[in-house]
Amino acid sequence: MAKVEKKRALGEETLREFLREMLLIRRFEERVEERFRAGELPGFLHVAIGQEATAVGVCQAMEEGDIFASTHRAHGHTLARGTHPNNVMAELYGKIEGCSHGYGGSMHLYDVERGNYGANAVIGGGLPAVTGAGLAFRLRDEPRVAVAFFGDGTTNIGTFHESLNLAQLWRTKTVFVCENNHWAESTPGWQHSPVWDDMSKRALAYDMRARKVDGQDVEAVYEAALDALEYAREGRGPVFLDVRTYRMHGHYIGDPQVYRSKEDREDAAEHDPIPRLRERLGLSDDEFQALDEEAVGVVDAATEFAKNGTDPQPEDALKNVYA
Amino acid sequence: MPEITYREAVRDALGTALRRDEDVFVMGEDIAEMGGSMGVTQGLLDEFGPERVRNTPISEMAIVGAGIGAAMAGMRPVVEIMYEDFLTLSLEQIVNQAAKHRYMSGGQLKIPLTIRTQGGAGWSPGAQHAQQLEAWLVHVPGLKVVYPSTPEDVRGLLWSAIYDDNPVIVFEHRLLYPVRGEVAEELEPIPIGKSRVLREGNDVTVIATGPLVHHALKAAAEAEADGISVEVVDPRTLQPLDEEGLVASVKKTNRAVIAHEAVTRMGFGAEVAAVLQYQAFDWLDAPIERVGSKFAPLAFAPVMEQFVVPQVEDVLAAIRRTVGK
Repeated sequence: MAKVEKKRALGEETLREFLREMLLIRRFEERVEERFRAGELPGFLHVAIGQEATAVGVCQAMEEGDIFASTHRAHGHTLARGTHPNNVMAELYGKIEGCSHGYGGSMHLYDVERGNYGANAVIGGGLPAVTGAGLAFRLRDEPRVAVAFFGDGTTNIGTFHESLNLAQLWRTKTVFVCENNHWAESTPGWQHSPVWDDMSKRALAYDMRARKVDGQDVEAVYEAALDALEYAREGRGPVFLDVRTYRMHGHYIGDPQVYRSKEDREDAAEHDPIPRLRERLGLSDDEFQALDEEAVGVVDAATEFAKNGTDPQPEDALKNVYA
Repeated sequence: MPEITYREAVRDALGTALRRDEDVFVMGEDIAEMGGSMGVTQGLLDEFGPERVRNTPISEMAIVGAGIGAAMAGMRPVVEIMYEDFLTLSLEQIVNQAAKHRYMSGGQLKIPLTIRTQGGAGWSPGAQHAQQLEAWLVHVPGLKVVYPSTPEDVRGLLWSAIYDDNPVIVFEHRLLYPVRGEVAEELEPIPIGKSRVLREGNDVTVIATGPLVHHALKAAAEAEADGISVEVVDPRTLQPLDEEGLVASVKKTNRAVIAHEAVTRMGFGAEVAAVLQYQAFDWLDAPIERVGSKFAPLAFAPVMEQFVVPQVEDVLAAIRRTVGK
C-alpha cells in the first residue's frame, strides 16, 4: 500500500527536518512575542506555540499545487509551507518585503505561489472558499487539494456546517483540519460544544470520512494528512481530521489567561511536541542544541531583514483595492 | 433588432458565457430543474448539465464562499442569491472575504466572481422578500455593483461582470423581468462604470436606477406636456460611479432629481447628491431632490406597500419642485 510505503519513507533524516521546521516555528513565535512586548510590532498577534506538529505534519504532506486557508494563528502554517521566515517577519513589521506586502499583517498572511490563499481573521471565514476551490479542482479534474485549518471554536459557526455539507454533497477535493486545542479564545471546549472532546462527530453528521489524530505526534499528523490528501486528491471525497493539540500560550500575545488554571497550562506544557520528537529521534543535548541554534540564527536573520525592510508609502494604501 | 425580455437577456448572457467558456458555471438555490425562482435559468440545465448549472442547498454563506474559492482557483463562477434579503446571510463572505482577498494579499489574488440577486416591491411579498439593499454594498471598497434597468443593459453588464476580475454584484429587479426591449443580434458587452442617457432634456436631470428609470421616463413624458424638458440618466453601474457623466448632465440642465426604490435615508442617492453639489455647485439652480422609499419596512397590504414605495407621481412631483412649476 502506497500509504505504508510513504510512512516507511519517513526516515530519520525526514523527521530531523520536521524537528528543524518545528523549532524554527517555535523560535520564530517566541521572537514575535518578545518583539511585540518590546513595542516593535503593531497590531493584534496570536501564536500557536504547542501546535507546531500539526502545522508541520499537514504542510509537509501537501504537494505543490495544493492550497490552504489558515486562521488568525497562521505563522506556523505559513512557515511550514515554505514561505521564507524573512518574508513572514517582514509582514509582521508592515514592510513591503512582507509576504502580503504590508497589506495583511499577522492575521492575513498570504503566499499564493506556495498555496497560501490567506489567513483569515473571521472564524470559519475561509472554509467556504476552500470548499469552492476543492470543487474547482474536481470540475477541472486537477490533482490538487484545498486544505482548511481552523480551531475547535469554528465548529459552532454557520460557515463550518454549510461548508462540510456542501463539500461532502459534492465530493470536493478538500481536507478539513480541525486544530482542536480545546480553547475558543477564553472559552473551554466543554463550554462551547457538546462534542468538544471528539470533533470528528461533527463530520460524521455529514457522512464525511473523519479521523482522530494525536496532534502532538508529528509522524501521526503527517501520516493522517497524507492519507486524507490522497483520498481527496483521488476525488473520493473530503476528509475531516480532528487533530488534538495544545495551545501552550494565551489566545493573543499579552493574554493574562485569567480564565485558565495553572493545572491546565502545565498539562499543555507537558504535551509539548518538540521534546517528544527529540526523544523519538534520540538526540543528544549537543545535537539538539545545534539544531536549536540553527533555528535561532534563522530567526535572528529574519528579524534583521524585517527591521531593515522598506516601509510602504502611505498612499500605497489605495492600491490593490481592485484587480 | 430582436426584442427580448429582461429575463431572457439575463439568460442569454449566462448561456452565451457557459457555451463559450468552460471556466464559467452557475450555482444557486433551485436554479436547475426549477429554472430559478424567477425562471431566469430555465433551460440551462438541459443544455449544460448539473455540474455547470448547479443546484445548491439553502446555504447562502457557502454559495457565495464556494464561488469565492472557485474564483480563486481560476474559474469564473456566477452565483445566484434568490432574494436580496437573503444576501444579508452571505454578507460576511461578500464583505470580509470577496471584497478583501485581493487587498489583504497585497495584490496576489483576484476574485472573478459574479453574484446575481434580485428584489423589489410591487407584488406584496412583505418585509423579507423585496428589499433594495444596494447601498449596503456600494459602501464596501473592493466590490463592484451594477443595477441594469433594460434588457440590453442587463445582458451587456452581466457579461462584463462575468469577465471582470473583481467580485461584481448584479442587482436585478423582479418587476423588470417581463420588461421587453430591443437588443443587438450579437451580445455586446457594456463597460462597467458608464452611465447612459435614456432621454435628453434641458430643464432637469433625473438620475434613476432600476424600475425608477421606467418611472422617470413616464414622468418625463408627462412633464413634457407642461413644457418641462427632462433628461433621464441611468448610472447603470453604482460602483464605480460614472461621476463625470452624471455631473455633465446636471451642468447642462442645472437641476437634479435622484430616484431609486431603496429607502431614501442614507441611500445611494445621498452619495450622488454629495457628488453633484460638490462638482456642480455653481451650476445648480435648485436644491437636489431625492425620491425613494419612505423610512419603513415593506408592509404586506398593497395600499401600504404602494404608499411606501416611490411611484411615477412622486418622481413627477420632484421634477416640478425643482423647476418651480
